[in-house]
Amino acid sequence: MATAELTASDYIQHHLTNLTLGWLPDKGLVFAHNAEEAAAMGFWALHVDSLLWSIGLGVLFLIGFRKVADSVTAGVPGKAQNFIEWIIDFVNENVRGSFSAKNDMVAPLALTIFAWVFLMNLMDLVPVDLIPWAFGQFMGLFGADPHHVFMRVVPTTDPNITFGMAIAVFFLVLYYSVKIKGVGGFVGELTLHPFGKFGLPANLILEGISLLSKPLSLSLRLFGNMYAGEMIFILIALMYGHNIVLSLGGGALQLAWAIFHILIITLQAFIFMVLTIVYLDMAHQTDH
Amino acid sequence: MNINLTLISQMIAFAVFVAFCMKYVWPPIMKALDERATKIAEGLAAAERGQQEQEIGRQKALEEMKAAKEKAAEIVAQAQKRYNEVMDEAKRDAQGEADRIRNAAHAEIEQETNRAREELRERMATLAVAAAEKVLEKEVDASAHKALLDSFAKQL
Repeated sequence: MATAELTASDYIQHHLTNLTLGWLPDKGLVFAHNAEEAAAMGFWALHVDSLLWSIGLGVLFLIGFRKVADSVTAGVPGKAQNFIEWIIDFVNENVRGSFSAKNDMVAPLALTIFAWVFLMNLMDLVPVDLIPWAFGQFMGLFGADPHHVFMRVVPTTDPNITFGMAIAVFFLVLYYSVKIKGVGGFVGELTLHPFGKFGLPANLILEGISLLSKPLSLSLRLFGNMYAGEMIFILIALMYGHNIVLSLGGGALQLAWAIFHILIITLQAFIFMVLTIVYLDMAHQTDH
Repeated sequence: MNINLTLISQMIAFAVFVAFCMKYVWPPIMKALDERATKIAEGLAAAERGQQEQEIGRQKALEEMKAAKEKAAEIVAQAQKRYNEVMDEAKRDAQGEADRIRNAAHAEIEQETNRAREELRERMATLAVAAAEKVLEKEVDASAHKALLDSFAKQL
C-alpha cells in the first residue's frame, strides 16, 4: 500500500486531509495537492469528499425511506416497511418522551439527524484504506499522483459537517426561542436569570455560555468521537505491512475496535438526535 | 480540518433533507402507523362487542328456553285439566245415557208386561167362554153375555 515509501506521519496526514476544491492565487480553481495548499485556500473552499459522501448518504436515506413511504400500507407491512417503521417508531417515542410542545417539524428533523448521522458514522466501518486507495488508483488513470489525491469517507470526522448540522440546529433553537417567547422573553431569559435584574452582566455571561455551548457541544461531541475512532483505525492500519505478528495483531485489534465502534456510531447518532430534541424543547418552554 | 464553505453547504443540504423528510417521508408513514393503530383498536373493540353480544345472545336463548319450558308445562297442565273435564263430562253423559236406557227398558218391560197380561186376560176370557160353551153345550150368545164375560175376565 501507499505506506511503503511514506513515513507513518505522512500516512496519517494523508488520511486526515480532505479532497479540497478551492481557489489558489497562482493556480486558479484546483484540488489542493497537499494540506498546506488546502489551508491556503481559506474559507472559500469545498471539501468535496465530505460533501459528496454526506449528501450521497443523505439521499440514500431519503430514497430508502421515501420508497417505503410511497407504498406504505396500514395493513400487514412488508419486511422493508417493518424495518422503517421500527426506526420511525423509535424516533417518535423519543420525540414524544422529550418534546412536550407541539411542532410537526421536530420528529422528521430528529429522524433525519438520526438516520443521516448514523449512515455517515457507518462509513467508519469501511476498511480505512479501501476507498481512498481505490479512489487514488482511479484518479491515477487520469494522470493524477495517487499520493496527492485525498479522500476522507467519514463525513462526521470533518468539523465542517458536524458544525454545519449543529449550527443549523442552533438557528432553529434561536428561531423558536424568539417565536415562542418573543424577543423580550428571549432576552429576558438570557439576562434575568439566575441572579435577578441586578446581576444582569453575570446572568448574561452564564446564560450566554450555556446557550453557545449547545451547538459547540453538539458538534464537538460527534466530531471528537468519530475523529478519534477514525484515528484509531488509521493507527491500527499502520501495524499492517511490518511483519506477520503485527499484521495479525492489527487484524484482531481492528475487528475488536470495529465491533466496539458499532456501538459508538449508533450512540453518537442517538445522542445528536436526543440533544437536538431537548434543545428544541427548551426553546419551546415558556415557564423559565 | 479547515472550516470553510463545506459548513454552509452542509447546512443547506441539511435543511433540504429535513424539509424533504418532513414533507414526503414522515407524514405518510406516520399516517399508516396511526391508521393501523386505529384499525387494531377497532378490531379489539369489535371482538369485545362480539363477545358481549354472544353473552347477551346466550342469556336470551336461556331465557327463551326457560319460557318455552314454562309454556310447555302450562300447556300440559291445561291439557290435563281439560282431559279431566272431558272425562268427567263423558262419565256424566254415559251415566245419564245408561239411566235413560235403563228407564226406557223398564218402561218397555212394564208395557210388554201389561200387554201380555191384557192378552192373557183376553185369551182367558175366550177360553172361559169356550169352556162355558162346552159346559153348557150350547152356544153362548157372545154379545148377549159380553158384559158378564168381561166382568169375569176382569176377575182373573
